[in-house]
Amino acid sequence: MTRFLLSLPIFFFVVLIGILVLLTLETKEGRDPSIVPSALIGKKAPKIDLPAISDNIPGGFNREDLLGRVTVVNVFASWCAPCLIEHKQIEQLTKNGIPVYAINHHDKVTDVSLWLKKNGNPYEAIGFDPDGRASIEWGVSGVPETYIINAKGFITYKQSGPITKSVLKKKILPELEKAKK
Amino acid sequence: MIPEIGQFVLLLALLVAGVQSFIPLLGASQKNSALMKTGSSMAIAQFFLILIAFFALTYAFVVSDFSVYLVFKNSHSLKPMLYKISGVWGNHEGSMLLWALILAIFGAAVAVFANGLPSTLKARVISVQAMIGFCFLTFIVFTSNPFDRLDPPPLNGLGLNPILQDPGLAFHPPLLYLGYVGFSVAFSFAIAGLLEEQIDGSWGKWVRPWVISAWTSLTAGIVLGSWWAYYELGWGGWWFWDPVENASFMPWLFGTALLHSVIVVEKRNTLKIWTLLLAILTFFLCLLGTFLVRSGVLTSVHAFASDPERGIFILMILILAVGGALILFALKAPRITSSVSFSFFSRESAIILNNLILTFSSITVLLGTLYPLILESITGGTNSVSVGPPYFNLTFVPIMIPLLIAISFGPLLAWKHNNLAVIANKLKIALISAAVAAIITYIIVPDGPILAPIAIGLAIWIAVGSLTEWAMKTKLFDKPFNITNLKFSYFIRAISGMTFAHLGLSILIIGITGSSAWQTEFITSLYLGESKQFKEHKITLEKVEYFSGPNYEVERAHLLITKPNGETLKFMPERRFFPVSGQTTTEASIKTTLLVDLYAVLGESKVHQKSEKKWTLRFFINPLIPWIWFGAVLMVCGGLLSLANPSHWTVNLYASRKKRSPAKISEPTKMDI
Repeated sequence: MTRFLLSLPIFFFVVLIGILVLLTLETKEGRDPSIVPSALIGKKAPKIDLPAISDNIPGGFNREDLLGRVTVVNVFASWCAPCLIEHKQIEQLTKNGIPVYAINHHDKVTDVSLWLKKNGNPYEAIGFDPDGRASIEWGVSGVPETYIINAKGFITYKQSGPITKSVLKKKILPELEKAKK
Repeated sequence: MIPEIGQFVLLLALLVAGVQSFIPLLGASQKNSALMKTGSSMAIAQFFLILIAFFALTYAFVVSDFSVYLVFKNSHSLKPMLYKISGVWGNHEGSMLLWALILAIFGAAVAVFANGLPSTLKARVISVQAMIGFCFLTFIVFTSNPFDRLDPPPLNGLGLNPILQDPGLAFHPPLLYLGYVGFSVAFSFAIAGLLEEQIDGSWGKWVRPWVISAWTSLTAGIVLGSWWAYYELGWGGWWFWDPVENASFMPWLFGTALLHSVIVVEKRNTLKIWTLLLAILTFFLCLLGTFLVRSGVLTSVHAFASDPERGIFILMILILAVGGALILFALKAPRITSSVSFSFFSRESAIILNNLILTFSSITVLLGTLYPLILESITGGTNSVSVGPPYFNLTFVPIMIPLLIAISFGPLLAWKHNNLAVIANKLKIALISAAVAAIITYIIVPDGPILAPIAIGLAIWIAVGSLTEWAMKTKLFDKPFNITNLKFSYFIRAISGMTFAHLGLSILIIGITGSSAWQTEFITSLYLGESKQFKEHKITLEKVEYFSGPNYEVERAHLLITKPNGETLKFMPERRFFPVSGQTTTEASIKTTLLVDLYAVLGESKVHQKSEKKWTLRFFINPLIPWIWFGAVLMVCGGLLSLANPSHWTVNLYASRKKRSPAKISEPTKMDI
């Protein structure tokens, strides 16, 4: 009995260390503890109905536009430096035939028009959201942020932060494949 | 050249630590005194080698030798000298070297100062200390080499994280490590004791000064960090239940429990198995803290240098040291017995209660800190939660209340057996003062949380309780009061470290209560020259000036606060921009009256309505915060006072030999937990 009692600490120690080893290995594989997964994953995409930025930029979309095929919704702004980093990858997605919709977050018409002219516009449609209303509905915690939405209009994945080349390869593309099923 | 010397002596130190890990141990098991004696000289040699390596690294930082990769990454030629030096331990590699240095300091200190120890025990302690040192030196040499070179050397460095460029934080890590690593000595003593299968009063006596010194350093380190967070982060608070803060607080709680239980071992020769387990677990929490801060499994405002690779290595050290210790504990502890009995109302019981509450509260903190991780690993990452202050306030605070009640009883209770009625009678004054204090508090601040007056009452209860103990020791009330009988030095000498520490705790509680229950905050934005009213204070933004510091740009606001009595106070909160790293830090401006801190923070400026600039300002009224620092300083003084007590250090050889009779190794008859 006493031997058993005195061995108990080992048991707790092994369990605790096991968990820590597991998590450290996952952290090594790219787990980021600072990311809180969205509560919206697995839920229907929130209502959205945004106007176009201006007449000569394709835009203005609502939730019905997202139905029928797998789409990507990307939150960006002209003032956001990491958004420029992921721009190439957004173009890549469009080339792959994925329609990318954009929520233009807290921006000015002139700024964003200039930004798109300079960097190119790969988006299917851009919704203008100067006061961040749609972003609140979608639970956006920062720009850039990207959502994958399946054909039925459900959010299947959320990426916080820029889509770098490795994120595209390791996360976005496999998640798109999963969403297509 | 100098960094190569550092590299070389570090390798030598690793070698020495390796040999030191087993030769004295071998000597102890063969009763070969020549082999045992080598331990002391090796411990001293290891200390000097690591010291040379540490100086070599410090030299590289001082002369800004950017061919050393670590210096390039963490220093800059324009940095003030203080931060060039503190930059040595302001990064992962350097802080690990400091950690190894402190381990070696303690090892050498045992070798030099612990002369009364039986040679086998001493040899084993030194060997175990060297094993820990060996693990960390391997870690440094193979994964975190501070002397790695960079070719070609760059012209300038990247600079130290600006938030670390602060006098408070320059000394926070060394003190914290002194505490963390200090508990390694208690750990080594526990392992050595288990190997000897012999723990008795003299073991308690020998290990006690090491526990006190570790506890004192850890207390000072935590408070310094907390003080830094208070004036540097600009959030108006001083404790955030952040994982990294918890990482240092958990070993403190366990260490405090150990500090008390060791007394029982020393004086009463009982509670031995529990004390051994406490010593092992305290050091475990120290290592766990190191792991949490450095592995990157948790996010925190303080986590720096996080890297999962290193996390794996620290986990390996943890498994080796603590896993090994726990197995040894399970095997050997049943052979350690004691046959001392004590009744329910005795000092032994009071200390057991103290231990149970402290360890239990520490486990709630551990649970709160690790819960997000545990949940994530069970649910496979789909569930991510964070545990914040509400959890800790709801669990930790109520658990501590019985401890605060018991604290006044403990020192008054006699060992073995006591009559509760007698003690209760002695504490009449304390009880009445506590009740009066609670009622007065409630009358002054009726609309605050109800826990606040209770906490103030408890604080007064502890304070008067400790003074009662002191008065009884000096027999102040035993004789008719006569001023000529009062000898000043006599009363001073009767003040023990414990009196200081308990009084400090009482003052600390008052400070914590005041700052957490009655803090008020006001956020506003002001144009130049504009005034706003906050309660009875009028806040005016007089001017904003810009100038350059040694390695940063300053934006300093001049605020004028008019108090209700017409008195004005000038506040100068700053924002500092560090061009090298592109980061901004805040310097809060604090005016204290010892009762209340007025605390102003300058936020960002924004251009509002046609080019008029507006500055965001946060203004806090923090009641009783200075009492936190004062209370903590008193606690540290208590620790230092205890250490200065020569009876902790002199070991009566004859008496200790007599006590350590072989009869103690008899078959287990009675459990002792």
